[in-house]
Amino acid sequence: MAERHIQGIRIEGLRKRYGEGDTAVDALKGVDMQVAPGEVVGLIGPSGSGKSTLLKCLGAVIEPSAGRMTLGQEVIYDDGWQIGDLRALRRDNIGFVFQAPYLIPFLDVTDNVALLPMLAGRSNSESRRRALELLEALDVAHRARAMPSELSGGEQQRVAIARALVNRPPVILADEPTAPLDSERALAVIRILNQMAQQFSTAIIVVTHDEKIIPTFRRIYHIRDGRTHEEAGEAKSLE
Amino acid sequence: MISLAGRDILHAWGKFVFTGVGLGLLIGVTLTMAGVYRGMVDDAKVLLDNSGADLWVVQQGTLGPYAESSSLYDDTWRSILGAAGVLRAANVTYLTMQVRRGERDVRAMVVGIVAGEPGQPGQPGFLVAGRHITRSHYEAVADLASGFQLGDRIQIRRNHYTVVGLTRRMVSSGGDPMIFIPLRDAQAAQFLKDNDAIVRQRARTAANPAFGAPNVLDAVLASQGSNPYVNAVLVQIEPGHDPEAVAEPLRRWKRLTVYTRQQMEEILIGKLIATSSKQIGMFLVILAIVSAAIVAFIIYTLTLGKIREIAVLKLIGTRNRTIAGMILQQAIGLGLIGFVVGKIAATFWAPFFPKYVLLETGDALRGFIAVVVICILASVLAIRAALKVDPAEAIGG
Ligand SMILES: Nc1ncnc2c1ncn2[C@@H]1O[C@H](COP(=O)(O)OP(=O)(O)OP(=O)(O)O)[C@@H](O)[C@H]1O
Ligand SMILES: [Mg+2]
Repeated sequence: MAERHIQGIRIEGLRKRYGEGDTAVDALKGVDMQVAPGEVVGLIGPSGSGKSTLLKCLGAVIEPSAGRMTLGQEVIYDDGWQIGDLRALRRDNIGFVFQAPYLIPFLDVTDNVALLPMLAGRSNSESRRRALELLEALDVAHRARAMPSELSGGEQQRVAIARALVNRPPVILADEPTAPLDSERALAVIRILNQMAQQFSTAIIVVTHDEKIIPTFRRIYHIRDGRTHEEAGEAKSLE
Repeated sequence: MISLAGRDILHAWGKFVFTGVGLGLLIGVTLTMAGVYRGMVDDAKVLLDNSGADLWVVQQGTLGPYAESSSLYDDTWRSILGAAGVLRAANVTYLTMQVRRGERDVRAMVVGIVAGEPGQPGQPGFLVAGRHITRSHYEAVADLASGFQLGDRIQIRRNHYTVVGLTRRMVSSGGDPMIFIPLRDAQAAQFLKDNDAIVRQRARTAANPAFGAPNVLDAVLASQGSNPYVNAVLVQIEPGHDPEAVAEPLRRWKRLTVYTRQQMEEILIGKLIATSSKQIGMFLVILAIVSAAIVAFIIYTLTLGKIREIAVLKLIGTRNRTIAGMILQQAIGLGLIGFVVGKIAATFWAPFFPKYVLLETGDALRGFIAVVVICILASVLAIRAALKVDPAEAIGG
């Protein structure tokens, strides 16, 4: 299993065109990116530069127009060819964290997290055990039986991160995960993501505008007008 | 795997319970409508059972006294009694009319029976109180549903009767309580004219030169003053005889129309209450459509309120089948709540209906299946909306 995760994320010459003819929009014009397992990289760029489009391509919810994407050892897109079972790919290989936590309001904290292993066919007790383990690691285990509406914003976000991690996906995609949080909590979330990346050899991409967290990245991809270029970050200590 | 539908229902139970109760009352009305129909059929059968007859002899070419007017001479029964296989035969009259007690009047079916011969067909049968009619005039046995009590003085046309006995579940096919009175009184009541009409008729007859001779005029006047007709003769056949075999010679030789129990039941149910049952059928169809619309609307609204969650569920890899199942289970859950509420409501309010409401287990079962089917159909719209949700929506812009 661990073997599979070794390669992290590799994107080569990725293009995405929305629409056709006169109204076509070239949102991605050749994106190259590489994220190693255990690494957290930042993806920043002005509005409309293609950040969300890139996450959607990687998240297997929209199909790119050209290029190549590899997750772990698996090629998921290659110039018009796309892997068959996108649903299973998302379930087993990709964790999502959004700006808002989007927890399922009618499930308690444990089951919000345990739902993913359950969907993957694990038993309820095994799934809950895994969920509790992660909630423990993310310091929200004391709220395990609460409903999402009873949690603070920061707690909800940590539950959402637990959910993204619970199936031990090789990849986590986070879209503005710290936007609603104050700087202390925002930094806490980034610290957790870094810990998890190392602990589970996960490759993590964090899309952000957030000045508070940008200095923490070791590597940053700038995206402008559909193209990326890489840059070293400040790698400010999180301790 | 946990039940997403169940968790959602528990989470939003207020919404479900309130909608379920509303739907339940509708289902209760539906079950009651079916019960009203069953009650009519049952009333018809009880009417036939209580008459104690195996054969109904009626005026030739008519459908008998329950369906239309039928009259026979009141001495026909003697010749019927002589026929092979006939054990007993009795005259009977039926007339639906208003029966008064003091200021109040009750719509009732007045049944004329030969007094003082219990065991004869047409007799009231089992009494819950009092005794049978023993005199040949001015006594009555009333059904409890009329509201009359023992010793009450009731008025039928111009005459007063004393209630001497009470029956239960003796009603006409229209659900009106039966009131039994002696045959002679009933015959008179059917054709009773007011005094002025009698005087005028006598004058007219006397003025007719054809009745010139004094004896002839008296005889004619006497014949006009009485009513020698009954509506039917009820026949019991000897044990071991086939009703059809006894009926056939009566039809052929006496030139009368004779119905067996089976045929009478077909007339009552197939002709008399056919229109009412179609009416009820229409109601059932409309109620089914309204219930379906309510379930569809509620489930659709609940689903639209969860579009974000559904997008997230899809994004994290939930199968379409699981999401469709969740919506379907919620619809069926709503139906279940509705059915339970409806069944309880119908059972509770059925006794308060003026006519007999018979709630059959079979109908409840059919109703239950219909509710489930309707809920499944009603969830189609919501399921389609949910399946169209794009998982990309969860990621947003
Ligand atoms: N479904 C779509 N159809 C057509 N054009 C689209 C669609 N989605 C995005 N675009 C266009 O693609 C370009 C990139 O959009 P994208 O949402 O990836 O930007 P973004 O970097 O996420 O911006 P923001 O920071 O504002 O969220 C924009 O010009 C946008 O208008
Ligand atoms: Mg965006």
